Amino acid sequence: MSGLTARVLDLDPAGTTERIVAELRTIVSKTLRRRGAVIGISGGIDSSVTCALCARAFGPERVLGVLAPESDSGVETMRLSLAAVDAFEVPHVVETITPILEAVRCYERRDEAVRELVPAFTSGWKLKVVLPDVVGNDQYRVLSLVVESPEGRQQRHRLTAEQSLAIVAATNFKQRTRKMIEYYHADRLNYAVAGTPNRLEYDQGFFVKNGDGAADVKPIAHLYKSQVYLLAEYLGVPEEIRLRSPTTDTYSLPQSQEEFFFSLPYETLDLCLFAHNHGLPAEVVADAVQLSIVDVERVFRDIEQKRRTTRTLHLSSRLVEPVEEIDLSGD
Amino acid sequence: MEAEVRRFLATNFFLGDDAGSLSGTASLVEAGIIDSTGILEVIGWLEDAYGIHVADSELLPENLESIDNIVRFVERKRAA
Repeated sequence: MSGLTARVLDLDPAGTTERIVAELRTIVSKTLRRRGAVIGISGGIDSSVTCALCARAFGPERVLGVLAPESDSGVETMRLSLAAVDAFEVPHVVETITPILEAVRCYERRDEAVRELVPAFTSGWKLKVVLPDVVGNDQYRVLSLVVESPEGRQQRHRLTAEQSLAIVAATNFKQRTRKMIEYYHADRLNYAVAGTPNRLEYDQGFFVKNGDGAADVKPIAHLYKSQVYLLAEYLGVPEEIRLRSPTTDTYSLPQSQEEFFFSLPYETLDLCLFAHNHGLPAEVVADAVQLSIVDVERVFRDIEQKRRTTRTLHLSSRLVEPVEEIDLSGD
Repeated sequence: MEAEVRRFLATNFFLGDDAGSLSGTASLVEAGIIDSTGILEVIGWLEDAYGIHVADSELLPENLESIDNIVRFVERKRAA
Protein backbone atom coordinates (compact mmCIF):
# COMPACT_ATOMS: atom_id res chain seq x y z
CA MET A 1 0.00 0.00 0.00
CA SER A 2 1.24 3.50 -0.75
CA GLY A 3 -0.06 7.04 -0.75
CA LEU A 4 -1.05 7.31 2.89
CA THR A 5 -2.07 10.91 3.60
CA ALA A 6 -3.79 12.83 6.36
CA ARG A 7 -7.00 12.38 4.34
CA VAL A 8 -7.41 8.94 5.91
CA LEU A 9 -8.52 10.80 9.02
CA ASP A 10 -11.18 12.81 7.21
CA LEU A 11 -14.64 12.43 8.64
CA ASP A 12 -18.14 13.60 7.88
CA PRO A 13 -18.54 16.22 10.62
CA ALA A 14 -22.33 16.43 10.39
CA GLY A 15 -22.81 12.67 10.48
CA THR A 16 -20.23 12.23 13.23
CA THR A 17 -21.88 14.93 15.33
CA GLU A 18 -25.30 13.36 14.83
CA ARG A 19 -24.04 9.94 15.94
CA ILE A 20 -22.25 11.25 19.02
CA VAL A 21 -25.20 13.42 20.05
CA ALA A 22 -27.61 10.48 19.71
CA GLU A 23 -25.30 8.21 21.73
CA LEU A 24 -24.79 10.87 24.39
CA ARG A 25 -28.56 11.22 24.87
CA THR A 26 -28.98 7.46 25.21
CA ILE A 27 -26.02 6.95 27.52
CA VAL A 28 -26.81 9.86 29.81
CA SER A 29 -30.58 9.38 30.03
CA LYS A 30 -30.92 5.59 29.82
CA THR A 31 -27.68 4.12 31.18
CA LEU A 32 -26.61 6.83 33.60
CA ARG A 33 -30.12 8.22 34.33
CA ARG A 34 -28.90 11.78 34.51
CA ARG A 35 -30.40 14.99 33.10
CA GLY A 36 -27.45 16.81 31.60
CA ALA A 37 -23.68 17.09 31.63
CA VAL A 38 -20.89 18.78 33.54
CA ILE A 39 -17.67 19.46 31.65
CA GLY A 40 -14.33 20.70 32.89
CA ILE A 41 -13.44 23.53 30.52
CA SER A 42 -9.73 24.14 29.90
CA GLY A 43 -9.82 26.53 26.97
CA GLY A 44 -8.45 23.75 24.77
CA ILE A 45 -9.86 22.04 21.73
CA ASP A 46 -11.06 18.83 23.40
CA SER A 47 -13.15 20.36 26.17
CA SER A 48 -14.56 22.92 23.74
CA VAL A 49 -15.72 20.22 21.32
CA THR A 50 -17.12 18.13 24.18
CA CYS A 51 -18.96 21.21 25.42
CA ALA A 52 -20.43 21.85 21.97
CA LEU A 53 -21.54 18.22 21.59
CA CYS A 54 -23.18 18.18 25.02
CA ALA A 55 -24.94 21.48 24.30
CA ARG A 56 -26.38 19.92 21.14
CA ALA A 57 -27.34 16.73 22.94
CA PHE A 58 -29.03 18.18 26.00
CA GLY A 59 -29.54 21.88 25.21
CA PRO A 60 -27.12 24.47 26.59
CA GLU A 61 -29.27 25.01 29.69
CA ARG A 62 -28.64 21.39 30.73
CA VAL A 63 -24.88 21.69 30.50
CA LEU A 64 -22.54 23.25 33.03
CA GLY A 65 -18.97 24.28 32.23
CA VAL A 66 -16.60 24.18 35.19
CA LEU A 67 -13.61 26.49 34.88
CA ALA A 68 -11.05 25.57 37.54
CA PRO A 69 -7.91 27.66 37.17
CA GLU A 70 -5.01 27.58 39.63
CA SER A 71 -1.89 29.63 40.09
CA ASP A 72 0.11 27.81 37.38
CA SER A 73 -2.62 28.13 34.74
CA GLY A 74 -1.61 29.96 31.58
CA VAL A 75 -2.52 33.61 31.20
CA GLU A 76 -4.87 32.86 28.29
CA THR A 77 -6.64 29.90 29.91
CA MET A 78 -9.50 31.86 31.49
CA ARG A 79 -10.16 33.99 28.42
CA LEU A 80 -10.28 30.98 26.09
CA SER A 81 -12.38 28.95 28.52
CA LEU A 82 -14.94 31.77 28.67
CA ALA A 83 -14.87 32.00 24.88
CA ALA A 84 -15.74 28.29 24.70
CA VAL A 85 -18.74 28.38 27.04
CA ASP A 86 -19.96 31.66 25.56
CA ALA A 87 -19.79 30.28 22.02
CA PHE A 88 -22.29 27.57 22.93
CA GLU A 89 -24.29 29.63 25.45
CA VAL A 90 -23.45 27.14 28.17
CA PRO A 91 -23.74 28.31 31.80
CA HIS A 92 -20.50 28.13 33.75
CA VAL A 93 -18.97 28.43 37.19
CA VAL A 94 -15.45 29.53 38.03
CA GLU A 95 -13.90 27.46 40.81
CA THR A 96 -10.38 28.65 41.53
CA ILE A 97 -8.70 25.60 43.04
CA THR A 98 -5.50 27.26 44.30
CA PRO A 99 -6.67 27.36 47.97
CA ILE A 100 -7.52 23.63 47.88
CA LEU A 101 -4.16 22.84 46.30
CA GLU A 102 -2.41 24.92 48.94
CA ALA A 103 -4.34 23.14 51.70
CA VAL A 104 -3.22 19.71 50.48
CA ARG A 105 0.33 21.08 50.01
CA CYS A 106 0.37 20.36 46.28
CA TYR A 107 2.85 23.10 45.43
CA GLU A 108 4.88 22.58 48.61
CA ARG A 109 5.28 18.82 48.08
CA ARG A 110 6.23 19.37 44.45
CA ASP A 111 8.75 22.07 45.32
CA GLU A 112 10.33 19.94 48.06
CA ALA A 113 11.11 17.32 45.42
CA VAL A 114 12.45 19.98 43.04
CA ARG A 115 14.72 21.44 45.72
CA GLU A 116 16.49 18.09 46.09
CA LEU A 117 17.96 18.85 42.66
CA VAL A 118 17.89 22.64 42.70
CA PRO A 119 18.25 23.91 46.29
CA ALA A 120 17.79 27.53 45.17
CA PHE A 121 14.32 26.79 43.75
CA THR A 122 11.80 29.05 45.47
CA SER A 123 8.96 31.42 44.63
CA GLY A 124 9.68 33.33 41.46
CA TRP A 125 11.25 30.26 39.83
CA LYS A 126 9.32 28.28 37.25
CA LEU A 127 9.44 24.62 36.23
CA LYS A 128 8.27 21.94 33.88
CA VAL A 129 9.14 18.29 33.25
CA VAL A 130 10.08 17.06 29.78
CA LEU A 131 10.86 13.88 27.84
CA PRO A 132 13.61 13.34 25.26
CA ASP A 133 12.71 13.34 21.56
CA VAL A 134 11.59 10.05 20.08
CA VAL A 135 12.80 11.03 16.60
CA GLY A 136 16.43 10.20 15.87
CA ASN A 137 16.89 8.85 19.36
CA ASP A 138 16.62 5.44 21.05
CA GLN A 139 17.04 6.91 24.52
CA TYR A 140 14.61 5.70 27.16
CA ARG A 141 11.80 8.13 27.76
CA VAL A 142 12.64 9.26 31.27
CA LEU A 143 11.54 12.61 32.64
CA SER A 144 13.88 15.53 33.16
CA LEU A 145 13.22 18.64 35.18
CA VAL A 146 13.61 22.07 33.60
CA VAL A 147 13.70 25.06 35.96
CA GLU A 148 14.00 28.74 35.16
CA SER A 149 15.34 31.29 37.63
CA PRO A 150 13.68 34.71 38.04
CA GLU A 151 16.48 36.06 35.82
CA GLY A 152 15.36 33.71 33.03
CA ARG A 153 18.26 31.23 33.24
CA GLN A 154 17.21 27.63 32.56
CA GLN A 155 18.74 24.42 33.94
CA ARG A 156 17.87 20.85 33.00
CA HIS A 157 18.34 17.87 35.34
CA ARG A 158 17.52 14.19 35.03
CA LEU A 159 15.16 13.15 37.80
CA THR A 160 15.62 10.14 40.02
CA ALA A 161 12.72 7.69 40.18
CA GLU A 162 11.68 9.07 43.59
CA GLN A 163 11.84 12.70 42.47
CA SER A 164 9.96 11.95 39.25
CA LEU A 165 7.20 10.12 41.12
CA ALA A 166 7.02 12.81 43.82
CA ILE A 167 6.64 15.68 41.34
CA VAL A 168 4.03 13.90 39.24
CA ALA A 169 2.13 12.68 42.32
CA ALA A 170 1.95 16.20 43.75
CA THR A 171 0.94 17.68 40.42
CA ASN A 172 -1.82 15.09 40.01
CA PHE A 173 -3.65 16.86 42.83
CA LYS A 174 -4.64 19.41 40.19
CA GLN A 175 -6.52 17.02 37.92
CA ARG A 176 -8.05 15.18 40.86
CA THR A 177 -9.22 18.37 42.54
CA ARG A 178 -10.84 19.54 39.32
CA LYS A 179 -12.65 16.22 39.02
CA MET A 180 -13.87 16.44 42.60
CA ILE A 181 -15.38 19.86 41.84
CA GLU A 182 -16.95 18.58 38.62
CA TYR A 183 -18.61 15.73 40.50
CA TYR A 184 -19.85 18.12 43.17
CA HIS A 185 -21.76 20.04 40.51
CA ALA A 186 -22.85 16.86 38.75
CA ASP A 187 -24.26 15.49 42.01
CA ARG A 188 -26.17 18.66 42.90
CA LEU A 189 -27.63 19.01 39.39
CA ASN A 190 -28.19 15.29 38.75
CA TYR A 191 -25.94 15.55 35.70
CA ALA A 192 -23.29 13.20 34.34
CA VAL A 193 -19.64 14.19 34.06
CA ALA A 194 -18.45 14.23 30.46
CA GLY A 195 -14.73 13.55 30.08
CA THR A 196 -12.73 15.17 27.34
CA PRO A 197 -9.97 12.77 26.21
CA ASN A 198 -9.38 12.34 22.50
CA ARG A 199 -8.15 9.06 21.05
CA LEU A 200 -4.44 9.88 21.39
CA GLU A 201 -4.89 10.64 25.08
CA TYR A 202 -7.16 7.68 25.76
CA ASP A 203 -5.07 5.16 23.81
CA GLN A 204 -1.72 6.33 25.10
CA GLY A 205 -2.82 6.85 28.69
CA PHE A 206 -2.27 10.58 28.83
CA PHE A 207 -4.52 11.20 31.80
CA VAL A 208 -4.52 11.02 35.58
CA LYS A 209 -6.39 8.09 37.05
CA ASN A 210 -9.32 9.43 39.10
CA GLY A 211 -8.39 12.85 37.74
CA ASP A 212 -9.05 13.89 34.16
CA GLY A 213 -9.36 10.17 33.38
CA ALA A 214 -12.52 9.93 35.48
CA ALA A 215 -15.86 10.56 33.81
CA ASP A 216 -19.26 8.97 33.26
CA VAL A 217 -19.04 9.31 29.50
CA LYS A 218 -16.19 10.19 27.10
CA PRO A 219 -17.80 11.47 23.90
CA ILE A 220 -14.66 11.98 21.77
CA ALA A 221 -12.36 9.21 23.04
CA HIS A 222 -12.68 7.39 19.70
CA LEU A 223 -11.60 10.42 17.63
CA TYR A 224 -8.04 11.12 16.55
CA LYS A 225 -6.92 14.61 17.50
CA SER A 226 -6.99 15.74 13.85
CA GLN A 227 -10.61 14.63 13.73
CA VAL A 228 -11.39 16.63 16.86
CA TYR A 229 -10.06 19.70 15.03
CA LEU A 230 -12.28 18.93 12.02
CA LEU A 231 -15.27 18.60 14.30
CA ALA A 232 -14.32 21.81 16.12
CA GLU A 233 -14.50 23.80 12.91
CA TYR A 234 -17.87 22.32 12.02
CA LEU A 235 -19.29 22.93 15.49
CA GLY A 236 -18.12 26.54 15.58
CA VAL A 237 -15.42 26.37 18.23
CA PRO A 238 -13.84 29.86 18.27
CA GLU A 239 -10.83 30.18 16.02
CA GLU A 240 -8.51 31.33 18.81
CA ILE A 241 -9.12 28.02 20.58
CA ARG A 242 -8.55 26.04 17.39
CA LEU A 243 -5.26 27.88 16.86
CA ARG A 244 -3.94 27.28 20.40
CA SER A 245 -1.14 24.71 20.61
CA PRO A 246 -2.05 21.70 22.77
CA THR A 247 -0.73 22.43 26.25
CA THR A 248 -0.73 20.59 29.56
CA ASP A 249 -1.37 23.89 31.39
CA THR A 250 -0.10 22.15 34.52
CA TYR A 251 3.41 23.51 35.18
CA SER A 252 4.52 27.09 35.65
CA LEU A 253 6.76 27.08 32.55
CA PRO A 254 4.88 26.78 29.27
CA GLN A 255 4.81 23.10 28.40
CA SER A 256 3.46 21.52 25.26
CA GLN A 257 1.78 18.11 25.37
CA GLU A 258 4.47 17.12 22.90
CA GLU A 259 7.40 17.69 25.24
CA PHE A 260 5.67 16.25 28.30
CA PHE A 261 4.18 13.11 26.83
CA PHE A 262 3.66 12.60 23.11
CA SER A 263 7.09 13.67 21.77
CA LEU A 264 5.61 14.40 18.34
CA PRO A 265 3.17 16.92 16.86
CA TYR A 266 -0.36 15.52 17.02
CA GLU A 267 -0.74 15.46 13.23
CA THR A 268 2.27 13.14 12.97
CA LEU A 269 1.31 10.95 15.88
CA ASP A 270 -2.28 10.64 14.62
CA LEU A 271 -1.08 9.24 11.32
CA CYS A 272 1.44 6.91 12.97
CA LEU A 273 -1.21 5.64 15.39
CA PHE A 274 -3.70 5.16 12.57
CA ALA A 275 -1.14 3.23 10.54
CA HIS A 276 -0.08 1.13 13.50
CA ASN A 277 -3.72 0.36 14.35
CA HIS A 278 -4.33 -0.75 10.77
CA GLY A 279 -1.20 -2.86 10.51
CA LEU A 280 0.44 -0.63 7.91
CA PRO A 281 4.23 -0.96 7.74
CA ALA A 282 6.59 1.88 8.61
CA GLU A 283 7.57 2.25 4.92
CA VAL A 284 4.02 3.35 4.08
CA VAL A 285 3.91 5.96 6.82
CA ALA A 286 7.39 7.43 6.52
CA ASP A 287 6.72 9.67 3.52
CA ALA A 288 3.39 10.86 4.82
CA VAL A 289 4.85 12.06 8.11
CA GLN A 290 8.24 13.06 6.70
CA LEU A 291 10.17 10.78 9.03
CA SER A 292 12.66 8.04 8.24
CA ILE A 293 11.49 4.44 8.35
CA VAL A 294 13.70 3.91 11.40
CA ASP A 295 12.02 6.81 13.18
CA VAL A 296 8.53 5.56 12.34
CA GLU A 297 9.52 2.19 13.80
CA ARG A 298 10.69 4.05 16.93
CA VAL A 299 7.29 5.76 17.12
CA PHE A 300 5.49 2.41 16.75
CA ARG A 301 7.58 0.99 19.60
CA ASP A 302 6.85 4.04 21.72
CA ILE A 303 3.11 3.65 21.09
CA GLU A 304 3.28 0.05 22.31
CA GLN A 305 5.44 1.00 25.28
CA LYS A 306 3.00 3.70 26.37
CA ARG A 307 0.12 1.25 26.08
CA ARG A 308 1.98 -1.24 28.28
CA THR A 309 2.93 1.38 30.84
CA THR A 310 -0.51 2.97 31.16
CA ARG A 311 -2.70 -0.12 30.80
CA THR A 312 -3.50 -0.17 34.50
CA LEU A 313 -4.90 3.36 34.31
CA HIS A 314 -7.86 1.90 32.41
CA LEU A 315 -8.56 -0.85 34.93
CA SER A 316 -11.38 -0.54 37.42
CA SER A 317 -10.80 -1.88 40.93
CA ARG A 318 -9.88 -5.56 40.85
CA LEU A 319 -11.77 -7.93 43.13
CA VAL A 320 -10.13 -10.92 44.72
CA GLU A 321 -13.33 -12.90 44.19
CA PRO A 322 -16.29 -11.98 41.98
CA VAL A 323 -19.46 -10.53 43.45
CA GLU A 324 -21.83 -12.18 41.04
CA GLU A 325 -24.91 -10.28 42.13
CA ILE A 326 -23.41 -7.10 40.67
CA ASP A 327 -23.71 -7.71 36.96
CA LEU A 328 -22.65 -4.83 34.73
CA SER A 329 -22.48 -6.80 31.50
CA GLY A 330 -25.74 -5.26 30.25
CA ASP A 331 -24.41 -1.72 30.66
CA MET B 1 27.21 -9.42 39.30
CA GLU B 2 24.47 -11.11 37.27
CA ALA B 3 23.15 -12.66 40.48
CA GLU B 4 23.06 -9.22 42.11
CA VAL B 5 21.13 -7.77 39.16
CA ARG B 6 18.66 -10.64 39.33
CA ARG B 7 18.29 -10.17 43.08
CA PHE B 8 17.66 -6.44 42.64
CA LEU B 9 15.03 -7.06 39.97
CA ALA B 10 13.37 -9.78 42.05
CA THR B 11 13.17 -7.59 45.14
CA ASN B 12 12.34 -4.31 43.53
CA PHE B 13 9.86 -5.43 40.88
CA PHE B 14 8.12 -8.23 42.80
CA LEU B 15 9.35 -10.92 40.44
CA GLY B 16 9.74 -13.56 43.11
CA ASP B 17 10.92 -16.88 41.65
CA ASP B 18 10.44 -15.59 38.10
CA ALA B 19 13.69 -13.63 38.33
CA GLY B 20 15.74 -16.83 38.36
CA SER B 21 14.14 -18.19 35.21
CA LEU B 22 14.31 -14.92 33.30
CA SER B 23 16.49 -15.21 30.22
CA GLY B 24 19.55 -12.98 30.28
CA THR B 25 18.67 -11.67 26.84
CA ALA B 26 14.95 -11.03 27.47
CA SER B 27 13.83 -7.43 27.09
CA LEU B 28 12.86 -6.22 30.55
CA VAL B 29 10.75 -3.46 29.00
CA GLU B 30 8.88 -5.62 26.51
CA ALA B 31 8.28 -8.23 29.19
CA GLY B 32 6.55 -5.50 31.18
CA ILE B 33 8.99 -5.84 34.08
CA ILE B 34 10.27 -2.28 33.97
CA ASP B 35 8.85 0.92 32.54
CA SER B 36 10.33 4.41 32.38
CA THR B 37 10.18 4.76 36.16
CA GLY B 38 11.72 1.32 36.47
CA ILE B 39 14.59 2.42 34.23
CA LEU B 40 15.25 5.30 36.62
CA GLU B 41 15.19 2.87 39.56
CA VAL B 42 17.68 0.58 37.81
CA ILE B 43 19.96 3.51 37.04
CA GLY B 44 19.79 4.77 40.63
CA TRP B 45 20.67 1.34 41.95
CA LEU B 46 23.55 0.82 39.49
CA GLU B 47 25.01 4.22 40.37
CA ASP B 48 24.79 3.50 44.10
CA ALA B 49 25.83 -0.14 44.02
CA TYR B 50 28.71 0.10 41.55
CA GLY B 51 29.87 3.70 41.96
CA ILE B 52 29.32 4.58 38.33
CA HIS B 53 27.64 7.59 36.72
CA VAL B 54 25.16 6.88 33.96
CA ALA B 55 24.92 9.76 31.49
CA ASP B 56 21.69 10.62 29.68
CA SER B 57 23.33 9.55 26.42
CA GLU B 58 23.82 6.07 27.90
CA LEU B 59 20.13 5.50 28.66
CA LEU B 60 19.85 3.14 25.72
CA PRO B 61 18.45 -0.36 25.16
CA GLU B 62 21.92 -1.66 24.29
CA ASN B 63 22.98 -0.80 27.85
CA LEU B 64 19.89 -1.49 29.93
CA GLU B 65 17.33 -3.56 28.02
CA SER B 66 18.22 -6.98 29.44
CA ILE B 67 20.14 -8.53 32.33
CA ASP B 68 23.02 -9.40 30.00
CA ASN B 69 23.15 -5.86 28.63
CA ILE B 70 23.14 -4.37 32.12
CA VAL B 71 25.99 -6.64 33.26
CA ARG B 72 28.10 -5.86 30.18
CA PHE B 73 27.38 -2.14 30.51
CA VAL B 74 28.46 -1.97 34.15
CA GLU B 75 31.58 -4.02 33.46
CA ARG B 76 32.53 -1.64 30.63
CA LYS B 77 31.90 1.39 32.84
CA ARG B 78 33.97 0.01 35.70
CA ALA B 79 36.81 -0.95 33.40
CA ALA B 80 36.93 2.51 31.82
